[in-house]
Amino acid sequence: MSGLGEAFAAAWALIAGVEPGLVGIVTLSLQVSLSAVLIASAIALPLGAAIAVGRFPGRQALIVLLNALMGLPPVVVGLLVYLLLSRAGPLGSLGILFTPSAMVVAQTVLVVPIIAALSRQVIEDAWREYDEQLRSLGASRPSAALTLIWDTRFSLVTIVLAGFGRAAAEVGAVMIVGGNIDGVTRVMTTAIALETSKGDLPLALGLGIVLLSLVLLLNALAALIRELATRRYG
Amino acid sequence: MLPLELRDLRFSAGGHPIIRGISARLEAGPRSIILGPNGAGKSVLMRLCHGLLRPSGGEVIWHGAKGGDPRRRQAMVFQRPVMLRRSALANVIYGLKLAGHSPQECELRAQDVLEVVGLAQQAARPARVLSGGEQQRLALARAWALGPDVLFLDEPTANLDPAATHEIESLINMIHAAGTKIIMTTHNLGQARRLGDEVLFIDRGLLKEQSPIERFFSQPASNEAETFIRGELP
Amino acid sequence: MNRFRRVLLCLALMLAAPGVFAQNFITVASTTSTEQSGLFKHLLPVFEKKAGIQVRVVALGTGQALDMARRGDADVVFVHDPAAEEKFVAEGFGLRRQEVMYNDFVLVGPKSDPAKILGSRDIVDAYKKIAAAGVPFASRGDKSGTHAAELRLWKTAGVDPQTGKGGWYRETGSGMGPTLNTASAMNAYAFTDRGTWLSFKNRGDLVISVEGDQRLFNQYGVMLVNPAKHPHVKREQGQAFVDWLVSPEGQATIAAYKIGADQLFFPNAKR
Repeated sequence: MSGLGEAFAAAWALIAGVEPGLVGIVTLSLQVSLSAVLIASAIALPLGAAIAVGRFPGRQALIVLLNALMGLPPVVVGLLVYLLLSRAGPLGSLGILFTPSAMVVAQTVLVVPIIAALSRQVIEDAWREYDEQLRSLGASRPSAALTLIWDTRFSLVTIVLAGFGRAAAEVGAVMIVGGNIDGVTRVMTTAIALETSKGDLPLALGLGIVLLSLVLLLNALAALIRELATRRYG
Repeated sequence: MLPLELRDLRFSAGGHPIIRGISARLEAGPRSIILGPNGAGKSVLMRLCHGLLRPSGGEVIWHGAKGGDPRRRQAMVFQRPVMLRRSALANVIYGLKLAGHSPQECELRAQDVLEVVGLAQQAARPARVLSGGEQQRLALARAWALGPDVLFLDEPTANLDPAATHEIESLINMIHAAGTKIIMTTHNLGQARRLGDEVLFIDRGLLKEQSPIERFFSQPASNEAETFIRGELP
Repeated sequence: MNRFRRVLLCLALMLAAPGVFAQNFITVASTTSTEQSGLFKHLLPVFEKKAGIQVRVVALGTGQALDMARRGDADVVFVHDPAAEEKFVAEGFGLRRQEVMYNDFVLVGPKSDPAKILGSRDIVDAYKKIAAAGVPFASRGDKSGTHAAELRLWKTAGVDPQTGKGGWYRETGSGMGPTLNTASAMNAYAFTDRGTWLSFKNRGDLVISVEGDQRLFNQYGVMLVNPAKHPHVKREQGQAFVDWLVSPEGQATIAAYKIGADQLFFPNAKR
């Protein structure tokens, strides 16, 4: 497998050479995926908490739906968002197709079900422990939901990271709604797809290694914070 | 708030009757101890009184509530206190905030009660890293800070060693001396004798007798109570 | 809690950093062959510097590129399927189509030459031999300009490749690069534009089998999307790009693009 050796060499050359093009691509990847995950968390954590502590008709069906949506194919999300944002589509007047904003929208749609479904599970488990205590102290369900989000924060960080991993790794959705425009909407994954198309497999794999290293770094950082925090807060 | 009247109170879970028609009157003043074998329904009865469970039949009536919300004037300490993942002080403040106190008032009162229960030094420490005894004292502080007319305690010392148990008992006496009605379950008959003024003896979902502590132990009204006392005493 | 807020603030600042929100830009729907051959990387900086207009290229198959423009998602179309382009203009979606440049298609295949066509200049004859021998042929199958050209040649050869489907005729349903990757892995023949081939790195045992036939001519055209259909089309900037492509300067820039010693595109705008 001389291909693998070449790939690592290419990856090293990319990192060591600090090509300005690569820096732009990496920065955009991080900006898009982090924005998407932040927005998705702002929507999905309260949603997950609301479903966890709520009692309403159709709750079980909603949980099943949410769990199923975790497997949403990125290409389908890309197409939906594309049709929505296209000039001929209902939100076409925004004119954000083929911009990073469109990519953020697509990744947000992709990540919301993951964060919502997983956080629902974690918060519901915590709710079983906290239920009587919080109600005894006079907490309403909405305020109990917020308390639980805060109290399960260390577990939720892991979930948010899973969402980030999914966002940063997907290519189908951002390719369609971003268009892989050089210098504008080209991110790590679409660059990898492009280099694969050009038959430059070592460079494609090299970019993949860079992407993996970034995600790894972020996860290591989060694990460290979590470890310190758990030691401190019990 | 008081007296508290239970009128033919019933509760069943999953078609299985747990409380099978209890009528009683609990006056302000005496410390009421609910005794009974495992599975008699002591904890359920207390949760019905506190409003954590909805009765399947009958009523819980607070005669002295005078139109105010009775939930706001009672508090409960559980066998296993649920500590929020924040500092000891913040745990107390949490309950006060829910009760609608201003931030400054919360802070002052929380520090006062921590002082009283002997946790002033631990105020800034995360609640979850405190020892079992400290956690239960904190739970007591959190409940008492609300200034309840009635304090429910569900086997508050079941998981504690003798020293910690002693501390909790002194605090309960102090809280009672300050004018709060105590309603408590326990398995420890010595503790019942030390802390109780009257006993409500429950067996298989029925109230067998309600009598002053001395009479209960010297002349129990039912065979069940007699067996219970004999069986539980060393 | 305080530290948490500080982290949030840092994140917010980082994300709010203005990245790429240049206002003066146009969106061009173009083909994978122009993008992947590296032409745009060579061409666009020259135009952007001169006109001060950023050109954002979305590279798709010709069919998809035209569909994207029909929906109003592009200002300019730059593709290579004259018949489809004429139809696009006739439907009123595009303004005047102008020819810009051409390159040619080539048939690539394994060095071992199982169909015995290596060095031939007759593409139609080569197609007949491939079909007769039943040797693997990787087709794009994606309604792109290249795919359309390939299908026209099958028709001329009097072969219906669909009869070989599941056997020797294999549709990848993807772009030129992925199709070449597939062909390289399967040692199959494939029909490709020369530009993509020249810049393609994962060739394996593939070499050019057939080239130089008149019928392998590949014409590129450019047109502005009709602002009457889509009022938000950036008429002025888009037209500036079209005009520059067919101008002597644009034409010279196209001619100057080379990989090694090979010129990839030959300007032929009518002035």
